[in-house]
Amino acid sequence: MSKGEVVLLDCWASPFCLRAKIALAEKGVEYEARAENLFGGKSDLLLKSNPIYKKVPVLLHDGKPLCESTIIVNYIDETWPSPPLLPSCAYERAKARFWSDFIDKKVFDAVCNIWKSKGEVPETAKNEFIEILKQLEGALGEKDFFGGDSLGFVDVIAIPLTCWFYAVEKFGGFKVENECPKFSAWMNKCMQRETVARILPDPEKVYEFVITLRNMFGIE
Amino acid sequence: MADEVILLDFWASMFGIRVRIALAEKGVKYEYKEQDLFNKSPLLLRMNPVHKKIPVLIHNGKSVCESSIIVQYIDEVWKDKAPLLPYDPYQRAQARFWVDFIDKKMYDTSRKTWATKGEEQEAAKKEFIEVLKTLEGELGDKPFFGGDNFGYVDLCLIPYYCWFYSYETFGKFSVEAECPKFIAWVKRCLQRETVAKALPDEKKVFEFVSVLREKIRVE
Repeated sequence: MSKGEVVLLDCWASPFCLRAKIALAEKGVEYEARAENLFGGKSDLLLKSNPIYKKVPVLLHDGKPLCESTIIVNYIDETWPSPPLLPSCAYERAKARFWSDFIDKKVFDAVCNIWKSKGEVPETAKNEFIEILKQLEGALGEKDFFGGDSLGFVDVIAIPLTCWFYAVEKFGGFKVENECPKFSAWMNKCMQRETVARILPDPEKVYEFVITLRNMFGIE
Repeated sequence: MADEVILLDFWASMFGIRVRIALAEKGVKYEYKEQDLFNKSPLLLRMNPVHKKIPVLIHNGKSVCESSIIVQYIDEVWKDKAPLLPYDPYQRAQARFWVDFIDKKMYDTSRKTWATKGEEQEAAKKEFIEVLKTLEGELGDKPFFGGDNFGYVDLCLIPYYCWFYSYETFGKFSVEAECPKFIAWVKRCLQRETVAKALPDEKKVFEFVSVLREKIRVE
């Protein structure tokens, strides 16, 4: 269903851009993804649309910019209400926002602490990452998805980060499946969804990208 | 059936003040429970096991955590009075963006104006003023961030004002001299009874910050 022109300023490896893509796909919204070269020079459109942070993703809806991935997903959910990502009950919505905020505060930093390590990855970095996943397992409980029976807001916020986990496992010398089997099972359930499987990049490619980043930052 | 609303809070917390203003705007009766942050209560630890922080809103026994999430919850539950977030989804997204900006930038920067010294403090002062100037830019010629009416962004930002006297005294600078538009906005907010009543005395906050500085041995 059309509701205007939708453009996404994008970077293929960014978990934050992937959130927006999955949300748009779940809603059946057609959009144009424009790849930004984050290292070669950001486009004028990006710098104009996101002057505060100059980051992707930026969603342009009929030319009006929206920034910050979680806010973008929230906007997509409100503008194209079907199927809903956030629950209809105010309390459940607050819980979904809480866990989304937790993921934003904790997961990517923990991922970066591992791949940015020079030499051997410290135990503290590995343990912190696993602790965070265990807390998310607690929030998931016995449900198939954070959203209950189907993919919801928190699932959309969380699943894109997992395509960076293969890189984390290689550098950290552990497997998420062994340390957090419930979380791993949730990842697999999400990957059975066509939108997620189609949109998430190959973790091997992300791993190669991370190696490029490490070289750029001079990390051995 | 009457709602039971409890707020776990700390008197000087700019995050707690947000919730107090929101509840007042909606005319919600609640029980305020002051928390000792240096000796956290079993109730607080049980209601916010993940972060162990205030504020926590307990509504009919169920806890809601993180101040900006609590304010959105309050706005959605008591929706018949004093809307805080805009009605339009795009305006709502913009309001969320600015509260997120405030959450990312104000606390750490402002804290460094009183918790550090020397070069680190000078850098923090510069950055803090930059943040306020960015907010002035977003405010533009509007009376409030919400437009004609006091709204979500105003509510989430104004509680920082009771700490400004502390920042200015320890940091040796004047916000009004650097950002007069910002202070003009502050004065408009303070005309609102819910805001004026919720903000603690800035001198009391200053005494508290003085104690904190001793605890972390700034001098």
